[in-house]
This record gives sequence, C-alpha cells and structure tokens, in this order.
Amino acid sequence: MTAAAATGSSTLTQVGLLAGRAVSHVLRQPAQLVFPIAFPLVLLAVNSSGLDAATRLPGFPAASYLDFALAIPFMQGALFAALNGGQDLARDIQNGFLDRLALTPMSGGALLAGQLGGALFMGIVSAVLYLVVGVLFGVGIASGVAGALVLLVLAITISFAFACFGTFVALRAGSGEAVQGFFPLFFVLLFLSSAFFPRDLIEQDWFRTVATYNPVSYMVEGIRSLVITGWDGQALAQAFGISAIAIVFFLVLSSRALRTRLLRT
Amino acid sequence: MSKLARTRSVALSVAWRGIHNAFTNPAILLPSVMFPLFFFVAFAGGLSGVQHTPEFNFPTGYSAFQFAFVSIQAAAFGGVFTGFSIAADFEYGFARRLMLAAPNRGGIVIGYVIAAMVRAVFVLGVVFTAALISGMNIDGSLANMLSLLALALAVSATATLWAAGIAMRMRTMQAGPIMQMPIFILMFLAPVYVPLPLVAGWVHDVATFNPVTAMLEAARGFISGEPTKVAITAACLAGMFALTVVWARGGVRSAERAG
Repeated sequence: MTAAAATGSSTLTQVGLLAGRAVSHVLRQPAQLVFPIAFPLVLLAVNSSGLDAATRLPGFPAASYLDFALAIPFMQGALFAALNGGQDLARDIQNGFLDRLALTPMSGGALLAGQLGGALFMGIVSAVLYLVVGVLFGVGIASGVAGALVLLVLAITISFAFACFGTFVALRAGSGEAVQGFFPLFFVLLFLSSAFFPRDLIEQDWFRTVATYNPVSYMVEGIRSLVITGWDGQALAQAFGISAIAIVFFLVLSSRALRTRLLRT
Repeated sequence: MSKLARTRSVALSVAWRGIHNAFTNPAILLPSVMFPLFFFVAFAGGLSGVQHTPEFNFPTGYSAFQFAFVSIQAAAFGGVFTGFSIAADFEYGFARRLMLAAPNRGGIVIGYVIAAMVRAVFVLGVVFTAALISGMNIDGSLANMLSLLALALAVSATATLWAAGIAMRMRTMQAGPIMQMPIFILMFLAPVYVPLPLVAGWVHDVATFNPVTAMLEAARGFISGEPTKVAITAACLAGMFALTVVWARGGVRSAERAG
C-alpha cells in the first residue's frame, strides 16, 4: 500500500487539489489574469495596423497582417502563463509551502502536475479568447472549424511546454526574481523567430538563420498554417513535435530539480 | 550661498550619485543598454524586408529608419528606468534622508534628470556603434546627428520628469508599470515600422495626432539629412517638458507632505 493510499488520497485527487489551488490563485489575482491576456491583444491591434503594408510585398503569404499575426498572441499568452506559473511556484518555495507539502505523503509527480494546473488553465482561457477575438475582427480560419479546434489544442500544448520550462526554472532557482530574469529570454526567442515576418522574406541572412534554428519559429508557423494556409501536415507535425519534445524534456528536468529540492529540505 | 548655487550643489551631488550607481552596478545599466540593442537587432534585422513595400520612401535604409525609433525609445525608457531608481530610493529610505538634507529639493529632481541624460548619452553611443558596425547608412551631417542627440536628450529629460512625478507620489517600486505603460503605448501608437502614410486603420488616425510621430519623423529627417517637422517637434517637446516640470514639482510637494 502506498503512502498516499494509506491516507485515503489517490494521486488524481492530489493533482486535482493542487491544480484547484493554482487555478483559484490565478482567479483571485485579476492582474495575473487580465494583463497577460490583454497585453498580447493590444500589441496585436497595434502591429496589425503598423505592419499591414507588408502584405503588399510580393510573396507575402496573407492578404491581411491580422491573419498573419494572429499566431503571436498565442505565443505571448503562453509566455505570460509560464512566467506567472513559475513565479507562483517560486513563491511556494520561498514561503515554505513546498517544504510543508514534502512532509505529506503526496507524490512528486502529483505535485508537479498540480502546480502546472494553473498555467494550463491560463493557457486554455487565453487561447480560446484570442481565437474568438481574432474571428470577431474578421480573421478567417483557412482550415475551418476542425482547424480551429486543432489550433486550440496546439496553442494549449505550446502553452503547456512553456509552463514546463517556467516550472523547471522556478524549481531550479527557487526564486521569483530568477523566473523574472528569464522573461527577457522568452521574448528574445519570440522576436528572433518568424513570428513577425515570413522566414523566406527576411532579408538579413543571419536573422533568417537564427529564425530557422529557433524552435519558436516552428511553433508559430504551426498555428499560422491553420489560419492562413489550411491543412499543412509538415507545419503541424513540426509544431506538435517540438512542443511534445519540450514538454518531455522540461518535465524530466523539473522532476529531477524537484527531487533535488526535496532532498535539500 | 545663493539659491541658485544651492540648487546646483544639490543637483550635481544627486546626479553624481545616480551616474556612479549606474556605471558601477551592471544590474542598473545593462537593461537600459540591452533593450534598445535588442529592439534594434530585432526590428532592423527581422523586418527590413518591409522597406520594399511600394511607397516606402526612406533611401537611407531600414537600419537608419529603425535607429531613429530606437534612439527615441531608449531615451524615453532611460527616463523610466531613472524613475525606478527614484522609487527604490524612497523604498530604502534614502530619498527621505536626501530630502531632509537638501537645502533645495527641486535640485534633487534636476540631479536625477542630469543622471538620466548622461545614461542616455552612453546608451545611445553603444546603440550607435552597434548600428554602424551592422552597416547602417547615415546621410545626415554632423550638425544633423547632434540635433538627433539633442532631440533624444530632450525626450530623456521629459520622460524622467514624468517618471519622477509618479515615483515621488507613490514612493514604491510597484509604481513601475504606471511609469512605463503610458510611454510604451505612446511609442507604439506611432509609425514604428513604416512611414505614417503606410500605417493602416485606427493606429494611423491616432498616430497622426500623437506627438511621438512628429519626434520620430524629425529624428528620421536628421539621420537622412533632410530635417523635417523640426519646429512642431520642438513645440511639442517644449509643451510636454513644461507639463512634466509642473508634474514633477507636484511630486516633490507630495513627497514633502508625506514626510
């Protein structure tokens, strides 16, 4: 009989309890919910007007920059969810909540999954909202209703991958400042990708090379393909594949970091 | 000691402290250097293809087009970062001791403004060097480039006064977003990526009346050797400077009342 079973609490219940705590934590702080959702939409509105002229370039893949740029808020929303999730976990480490949890029979896996619940919730809410706002402002989803559903699944998967990264940083560093310190890196990854301009139209060779090796480019292009191209198996496989690898990679690193942290206490 | 001499003494002391702190603590200086550099690299490198859009008329090149934006942005955000420092001084109690010791409290704000302008010169120097290394063209004369520097310094002083007014009223670093967001929004509701005639939709309407648009067009005029909208930019900056002086004075009064 496991320790958890001995106390009458299944792993699923443990995950549910911790995930519920993470979600209510997000809901009780409007700033954590409103800013990460509103800021990408403001930037989308500004950039889609500012760069709409780019659609007149020969070879530009969309008739409207709003269609082209709709993928960006999904990525920014994922970044904010990762940042907030990481900071919440870092706070739990700093104020001793994690240490107290370590004294209970709760399993490490349940702890990780529960902590990621808040970020996943944020990812779902923001992805649905961005899609609805995009459609309301005239974005046509080239892959249809089924494509819109796949887009949501992909956006949530990407959000989860970034949340795993945020969790790893929080567990490894154990401080909110360290998680904040990674925020610029997230944005560098986004800006040095094909998020704002199609890769084949980027003039600077070095920038195109960086964007080609930057995994964020493929995540953006996966979402974008569903909006402006239709069904593009290669783009989707790359986006889902990279996100899945990132999830597995950072979950493994996170569970190791968690074990080390629990050993320390 | 005359009032002017007292003000100068306080201003130079506060400025020296601000400059010394910035140049001996990388955590203070690095963000104000890294962010403009990053924006320059990301915009000039990633978006340069947009210059081939029909009606995009800026022969000096897209790097110079973006350098003008980054210069103004770096100057403005340098002012905001100085506001963070003022708020931190209040949180740690240093600003209160400073206000007790200073015979002229207006000199404190002038000192912070001088420190912000010196930081802006350094940051612009770094970004300018990086831009030249990356192959940026300059068609403007030395006088044009000095005018661009003067424009950036005026923006830096105005942004510092704005941020100082907030920092002295709220006296907490949590006021950071309130200092930052209005400047961020003003900057991005201007023709950042393309000239104003190519900006579409509601942003075009807002940008037409946004004073930052005139500043960007003047900055781009200086770097391309064809100064434009200089008078309207000077008038806008003079007006904004006067308003922010009143705003910062109110901030000093508020901090005095708080004790």
